[in-house]
Amino acid sequence: MKITVTVNGEEYERDVEPRLLLVHFLRDDLDLTGTHWGCDTSNCGVCAVWLDGVPVKSCTVLAVMADGKNVRTVEDLERDGELDPVQKGFTECHGLQCGFCTPGMLMTSRWLLDHNPDPSDEEIRVAISGQLCRCTGYENIVRSVRWAAEHPTTWDLQEPDVTV
Amino acid sequence: MQVPSHFEYERAADVEEALALLARYGPEARVLAGGHSLLPMMKLRLAAPDALIDINDVSELSYIRVERDELLVGALVRHAELLDSPLAAEHFPIFGDAERVIADPLVRNRGTIGGSLCQADPSEDLSAAFAAVRASAVIRNAEGSRTVPLREFHVGPYQTVVGDGELLTEFRVPIRPGAGGGRGRHGSAYEKVDRRAGDWALAAAGAAIWLDGGKVADVGIGLTAVGARHFVAAEAEDYLRGRPADDESFAQAGRIAAEHCEPSADQRGPADYKRHLAGELTTRALRRAAERART
Repeated sequence: MKITVTVNGEEYERDVEPRLLLVHFLRDDLDLTGTHWGCDTSNCGVCAVWLDGVPVKSCTVLAVMADGKNVRTVEDLERDGELDPVQKGFTECHGLQCGFCTPGMLMTSRWLLDHNPDPSDEEIRVAISGQLCRCTGYENIVRSVRWAAEHPTTWDLQEPDVTV
Repeated sequence: MQVPSHFEYERAADVEEALALLARYGPEARVLAGGHSLLPMMKLRLAAPDALIDINDVSELSYIRVERDELLVGALVRHAELLDSPLAAEHFPIFGDAERVIADPLVRNRGTIGGSLCQADPSEDLSAAFAAVRASAVIRNAEGSRTVPLREFHVGPYQTVVGDGELLTEFRVPIRPGAGGGRGRHGSAYEKVDRRAGDWALAAAGAAIWLDGGKVADVGIGLTAVGARHFVAAEAEDYLRGRPADDESFAQAGRIAAEHCEPSADQRGPADYKRHLAGELTTRALRRAAERART
C-alpha cells in the first residue's frame, strides 16, 4: 500500500505492507534509528514518537495508520547543532545510563514541557509512567526534565548551571 | 520481531463507509480504532483477522457533549480526551478516576473508549464505570441503530452484543436530576488496586450514588476483574436502595458485593484476596461518591 508520511518536516512516500509497524517503518525504511524498539508489547515505551503532535508508542501503530500524518522523532529535537533543553538536561543530570530508553523519554519530556512548562515532580513521573528504564534511573530522569524546565532557552543564550 | 500476520487494510472516512466495508469483508473483518488491544493480540497470534477496517478518520465519532438530559460520548473518543474533559468531570467524576489509572499517558493518547468496551476484557476499567452510571451503547448497522443498556452489552469474556457488520458508535449516560451541575445530590467515584502503574486491575469498583436527604435514592455499583456478572454488583445495589447513606450501609454493601462476585486466582493474586478487595473497594467507592454528592 502506498503511503505518504511527513517525518520531522520531510515528506516520504513508500510502498509498505499493511502489517508493517510504524517503529519498523521509521527504523528500517527511513533509516531513522534514533527511535528504539524494545518490548514489542506496548509496555516499555522506548519507541515513543509524536503522531500528529501527540506522543504514541510506535510499536502499536501501523505505518499505514500514519499515512497523511505528521511524525516527529528524536532526530528532530536538535536544531543546527543545538541540542534541545531536554537533551541538555539528560546530559547535565546524568539522565541516561545505557541510553536505550532515552529517545522515548526525551520525546515524552519535550511534549510535557511544551504543554506544562513548569511541571511538578509528580507530573513528570506521570508523564513518563508508560516508559521503562531498565537501569532504574528514574530519579535522574526526573531531575533532567526539571533541569530542562528551568533552562528553556538555548545553550548559546544561557550557560547552564552545573547541578547534578 | 513480533508483527501481525497478513491482512487487508481499509480506511473508512465515515460511519456509512465503515459499515459498507464491514459488510463487504464479512465476519473475519475487525474494526481498528486505537489498536492498543487489537494489535498486540495480532502480534501474539491471539487474533488474525482477514481485514482491518480503520475508523481513525471517522471524526464524527469523536465528541463529548450533553444533549437534553444525557452525556454523549462518541466511540472514537480517546482515553486522554475523556480524562481531560471538563464536561465529563462535571457530571461524572468516576470517568476521571478510572481514566487516570488506565494504562499510561501514551496508551491513553491512542486507545479509544469504544475500543476498550468492545475488547470486553474481564479486567477492563470502563466497563465497570459505564455500568455503574447505567450507560447505554448505541450500535449502528446497515438498517439503522439500536440502543443496548451497558448491563446487557457483554455476553462473556471478550464478547459483546455488537454483531457482524455492526459498529458501536456512542455511549449515552443519563444525567438524572441532582446529577452534576447543581451538585449536592449525585456523586460517583472509582477505586482500583493494581500491581504497578498502568497495569490491569487486580480488582476495582465504581460507584454512582443519588441521595435523597440522608438516604440512598438510587445507586449503581460496577466491579471489574472479579468475575462479577455484567461488571455489576446488583445484590449490593438492591441492598442499598432506601437505606441511610452512611458508613455502616456502605460497609455492608461491600460485604454483599464481595460475597456475590466470583474472582479467579491468577498471576495477579489469589481469589480470596481479590474477593476481599472487591468488598473494600466497593465500600471506598461508595463513601467517596457520597462525599462528592454532599458537596
